[in-house]
Amino acid sequence: MNWIVHQLWLIPALPFLAAGVLALTPRRQRAFAARLAISALAVSLALSCAAFVATLGHAGTGTFRERVNFTWFQFGDQALRLGWVLDPLAAVMLVMVSFVGLLIFIYSVGYMAHDANFTRFFCFLALFAGAMLGLVIANSLLLLFVCWELVGLASYLLIGFWFHKPEAAAAAKKAFITTRIGDVALFLGMLWLYSAGGTLLFYDAGEGCLENAALARIAGPSLVGWGTLVGISLLIFGGAIGKSGQLPLHVWLPDAMEGPTPVSALIHAATMVAAGVFLVARVFPLMKPDWPSLAGGIPLAGTPPPDATLAITWVGAITAVFAALIAVAQTDIKRILAYSTVSQLGYMFLGLGVGGVAVGMFHLLTHACFKALLFLGAGSVIHGCHDEQDIRRMGGLRRPMPVTFATYAVGMMALSGVPLLFSGFWSKDEILHAAHGWAGSRIPFYLGLFGALLTAFYMTRQMVYVFFGQRRAASTPPAAASGIRHPASGEPHESPLVMTVPLAILAVSAIVLGFLGTPAWPWLQTYLGADHGGSGGVELAKLLTKETLWLMAISTAVVTAGIGLAWRWYGQRPITDAGTPDPLQMSFPAAFRWLRQKFFVDEFYAATVIRAHAAWARFSDLLDAWLWGGLVLAVHFLTQGLSWASRFFDEYVVNLGFDAACRRLRRDGAFAAGLSDGKLQNYLRGIGTAFACLLVLLLWGGCR
Amino acid sequence: MSPLERYLIVAALLFGIGLAGALTRRNAILVLAGIELMLTAANLNFIAFWRYGGHPADSGTGIVFVLFSIAVAAAETAVGLALIVTIYRHRHSTKLDEFDELKG
Repeated sequence: MNWIVHQLWLIPALPFLAAGVLALTPRRQRAFAARLAISALAVSLALSCAAFVATLGHAGTGTFRERVNFTWFQFGDQALRLGWVLDPLAAVMLVMVSFVGLLIFIYSVGYMAHDANFTRFFCFLALFAGAMLGLVIANSLLLLFVCWELVGLASYLLIGFWFHKPEAAAAAKKAFITTRIGDVALFLGMLWLYSAGGTLLFYDAGEGCLENAALARIAGPSLVGWGTLVGISLLIFGGAIGKSGQLPLHVWLPDAMEGPTPVSALIHAATMVAAGVFLVARVFPLMKPDWPSLAGGIPLAGTPPPDATLAITWVGAITAVFAALIAVAQTDIKRILAYSTVSQLGYMFLGLGVGGVAVGMFHLLTHACFKALLFLGAGSVIHGCHDEQDIRRMGGLRRPMPVTFATYAVGMMALSGVPLLFSGFWSKDEILHAAHGWAGSRIPFYLGLFGALLTAFYMTRQMVYVFFGQRRAASTPPAAASGIRHPASGEPHESPLVMTVPLAILAVSAIVLGFLGTPAWPWLQTYLGADHGGSGGVELAKLLTKETLWLMAISTAVVTAGIGLAWRWYGQRPITDAGTPDPLQMSFPAAFRWLRQKFFVDEFYAATVIRAHAAWARFSDLLDAWLWGGLVLAVHFLTQGLSWASRFFDEYVVNLGFDAACRRLRRDGAFAAGLSDGKLQNYLRGIGTAFACLLVLLLWGGCR
Repeated sequence: MSPLERYLIVAALLFGIGLAGALTRRNAILVLAGIELMLTAANLNFIAFWRYGGHPADSGTGIVFVLFSIAVAAAETAVGLALIVTIYRHRHSTKLDEFDELKG
């Protein structure tokens, strides 16, 4: 076994260690904090690369999977075992998380330079990265769950980093509670899996819960086994829904924008939301069991029975369009990106559902790069515009911020899926290709196409608003945006090098990464073990097959339509005043209102779930005040009465009797003490007298 | 008057003298002497009953008893005298009525 497999635990342990040290570091040690966190993650990145290289030699065979398991503790005859695993899936995630994370760390040095709690920020960042890396290498659903919750905790801490802002505190709470709903499902799924399969280890020499022996044990010979398997999968997918912000638990993700921008980048690209997609990819054998190979499984009547991928596909496809629609009408630069993330995560789940691990993971990896790029670019814009976030009040930033503009444009084109050059095109095409060939239904494919159109549309709209036209900072926004804080006036400026260099690196990877998975050279797909039927070499001919070309043409047309439409509406006559209503708003006021208000999902939840919750709380309060409170009062009075009686008995019965006995004892004791006067001869006299008396008594009694 | 009665009368006299001495003297040594007299009276009774009490003469119970008693009395006297000497060293007195520290 490779040495790196044994040392794999170091990858999450180093950031954890850094977080621990930083938690104890005084606030003014700013340089030390940044250096420690960055160097810890840099070493993790180096180790991740070593792990990645170790898996490379075996690419294509799809069998490289090394694991180290150990017993955590023993209860009864059951042992709870944890472990870590190194396989292609974990390796690419490790490299992606530590690479993107490292760039975000470096960027944060510039972005957070003026924050008083710089040290605390890096402590949380390191915790976040460590938890995510631990999640990636976990070989046990339990260990994964532990890291999963740590990721949730770190996101709570970071979203609420500026906790003195009430919105940030509320957003942190919302993120924590919303994801907790999904986590309950995941936890239930985990318990069910443990009771059905007897193990939580993923891979354990054929006995792990993702391997056929255990799967066959769970599936059993009946329909009940199929139900169990699908039930467990759906519950685990519930956890992924919460974490990755899918419908109907997507509401926390846009609000998470209240955190510092590097945090948004970290959450949206590398860590938090990727965790859900990764989880589904990790337990994919459970989600989509290979029915025929489960010997003794349910009798198959031709077609395999439906499994959890059906739900994954539909949730993903609907979320992709739903969130993209909302993104069209938003005005906060980060909020647009947030809804775009929700939408892209929908794509990833769609890819997982219709195409398997490789398709979904490809989009996850490319998306991580360009979404981190976009968020960091947005951060740079916000930084340069003195904390302005409303795109209506930006405009014309192309000239003062050239580097940010160029990199942001790369990110935007990657996200929109501009053909051939950008990574988003290849990964999205891969998903659409898989959706096109999906046996279940053609609708997810059309939803995906519509989503792609919307993506190109809203990204172009955002680009135009932010970078083109003229600067509108001085003009007042409409009343609807009055809650936005007014920034200090001043000319926008380009961000320092420490922020622009990570942007440039990410821009390069946002382009390059796409070539790892083109139809002509599906390296990533073969590496991740998907059967593409390719030889592993470059085959340009595959790019030129009729179906591939046709799909590429369609998606190119869709993207062009999206960009063109947005350019026609927004780019040709850039607005000059922040108060100008959106062109879309003028054309379709009713629809725009729905989109602007995010389909009223938050309001719907407020009116249903939260109202019901509040009513239940009020009911509980009343119950508490009257029923339970009354019971408590009754017990209270009963106890008080009992203690009064007890005290009375004590004072007037026990104490009085005792006192009398004591007084008597003292008097008699004094008399007895008087008798023993210490004079030896008096005692002897007593003995003599007694002896004489005894003698007389004996004589009197007749000496008997 | 049988020989046993005579012995008993002597022993009773001896005991009475010893008791009177032990009760009336203030000097600890004399009290000790009185106690010795009482012990002697008891020993005399043992011997007398052994000799004239109608027991088989060859069973040496009485004489053995008395020998033990004398030995124990000697030890007792030695301890008693040692106590008196120690008390004297502390208090420079052997007057018994001054030693009443053990009174209640």
